[in-house]
Amino acid sequence: MVKKPAPDQVRTGLGQIVRVPGVGITLRVAPRVLVVVGILLVLTVAVFVLAVGTGTYKMSPGEVVSALFGGGDDAQRFIIETIRLPRAITAILVGAALGAAGAVFQSVTRNPLGSPDIIGFTSGASAGAVLQIVVFDGGSGAVAVGALLGGLGTAAVIWLLAYRGGEGIQGYRLILVGVGVSFVMIAVIDYLQTRAKLEEAAQANVWITGTLNGRGWEQVVPVGIALAVVLPIFFLMARELRMLEMGDDAAVALGVRVGWARNVLLLLAVVLTAVATSATGPVLFVALSAPQIARRLTAATGPGVGAAAMTGALLLLVSDFAAQRLFPDQQLAVGVVTGVLGGAYLIWLLANEWRGGRA
Amino acid sequence: MTDTATDGGVRLRGEELSLGYDARAVSHDLTVEIPDGSFTVIVGPNACGKSTLLRALARMLKPSVGTVLLDGGPIQSLPSKEVARRLGLLPQSSIAPDAITVADLVARGRYPHQGLLRQWSREDERAVAAAMASTDVTELASRAVDELSGGQRQRVWLAMVLAQETPIVLLDEPTTFLDIAHQIEVLDLCAELHQDQGRTLVAVLHDLNHACRYATHLIAMRDGAVVAEGDPSQIVDAELVERVFGLRCRVIPDPETGTPLIVPAARQRQREHAPAPSLPAAAT
Repeated sequence: MVKKPAPDQVRTGLGQIVRVPGVGITLRVAPRVLVVVGILLVLTVAVFVLAVGTGTYKMSPGEVVSALFGGGDDAQRFIIETIRLPRAITAILVGAALGAAGAVFQSVTRNPLGSPDIIGFTSGASAGAVLQIVVFDGGSGAVAVGALLGGLGTAAVIWLLAYRGGEGIQGYRLILVGVGVSFVMIAVIDYLQTRAKLEEAAQANVWITGTLNGRGWEQVVPVGIALAVVLPIFFLMARELRMLEMGDDAAVALGVRVGWARNVLLLLAVVLTAVATSATGPVLFVALSAPQIARRLTAATGPGVGAAAMTGALLLLVSDFAAQRLFPDQQLAVGVVTGVLGGAYLIWLLANEWRGGRA
Repeated sequence: MTDTATDGGVRLRGEELSLGYDARAVSHDLTVEIPDGSFTVIVGPNACGKSTLLRALARMLKPSVGTVLLDGGPIQSLPSKEVARRLGLLPQSSIAPDAITVADLVARGRYPHQGLLRQWSREDERAVAAAMASTDVTELASRAVDELSGGQRQRVWLAMVLAQETPIVLLDEPTTFLDIAHQIEVLDLCAELHQDQGRTLVAVLHDLNHACRYATHLIAMRDGAVVAEGDPSQIVDAELVERVFGLRCRVIPDPETGTPLIVPAARQRQREHAPAPSLPAAAT
């Protein structure tokens, strides 16, 4: 049962009111957000099928779909199931994780620069990974664990440094401390690189640009689990997240448990970022640009978690597709492409917005 | 709204409060009561601790000693949403999220009345419409808040606090940054809410004349302590103003309302009669 909205309700940003009579359930839904998420979903599926079908061994979209559902010959199924499918899924999941985490960080810090790739979590993860590669000669599993611990450890350090009794964690202090810690971590990485053997340095270098090369089911599983746990909590806390955007005083006055909500949201966003980064290395710019792009596509007041996650997924999937195809003789790291694609698109959006007179 | 008794009871009080930020103590052993149904205004020189007191009453600041009691219960340990249904606050500086519309912002005042599955009841709709009507911002509903003028924006924020429908409303310097016409507009609106809707208002104001004109109960503070409190017509005289603000003045009846009107002494007279009025500690 949908109550027809008053004519200007949608325009005023209240969205559509959905009432379920009898049980007293009323929900506010934003039609434009649903449409945008729907379009992003369709595009993601299309690129997904295309990406799985292209490569040295080409398959038509029809063949891809039939192989996905158990048809096709053994060779097709092998290529899809062991190589292309997990890679494409990893791209989608990591993109979604970074987009969602970025949206939460940006809302909580009330600043687009409050993204995990700017405030040091990703460079902390990189430092952990490089430490494994260079000092402990770890395999890919150990490197992922090193990245995870590096990311979480850095987050803990930043949190402690930015915490202040009485008011907790403030956005600008988190960003400043984070940027400082980020530079320390970059220095650590540089130092480790100078000590490394040539081969290790090359391996470390590939890792810290972020790549989906050779990613398989062992990356899909942890990122998938993290998303399955964290995303529903983000959705449950969407209203608190929205209130946090109004400043601490207003949020407290309206009955939000600000300190608690902020810490839970930040912790979960850190976990999501760390797990995603340990799977692929730091894919730069997704966490920063996806929520900003999503916000403009949905014309919402804040970076919605769902739209940001879908934008991130599509951005990373398209970037990986481009990274594999742009220079056929060599595999480009996906982080390079996300920077170029996401960056260019965001700059275009911003330029349009500023010319249109809206800052 | 729950019982808005105007029987002279007290729903909000601070008992033996010690307030401060980090190492800097502002108040010691401060006890205040907000008479129910009053329009209480807190005045005092810069850095006298009036905003600090308001923040403590609004549970934004935890007293290091003492308790703020709301309906007899310690405000810090009451459920946050429960408090937000009884007591609203218009903060001194508010941040409107980018591109938010007036209607959306005002609607956020309903948060303490909502839940995950109860995001927009008919009650919410009525409260928001009423709040927007009484602050005269209905026409602006679909405008973006960041496009509005300062006066309009303050009315929108006030509408948000009103939509919360709390019997007690705290206002932290609601007239700062507004020109004189908009200051009066906001204060008239507050007086209307107090008289017509029977809400208890507590405001921090800078302008003593405004305070005398609008307050039914005045709390004058200096150096973190209450110097005097009561009906402004009964307590405000030249002696009090000098004691609180260190300013020599004459107090005459306001020709419009008959309330006390403070006329500062001319520069010449200030020097003659006030050899060294100990100015209140500086810094804000």
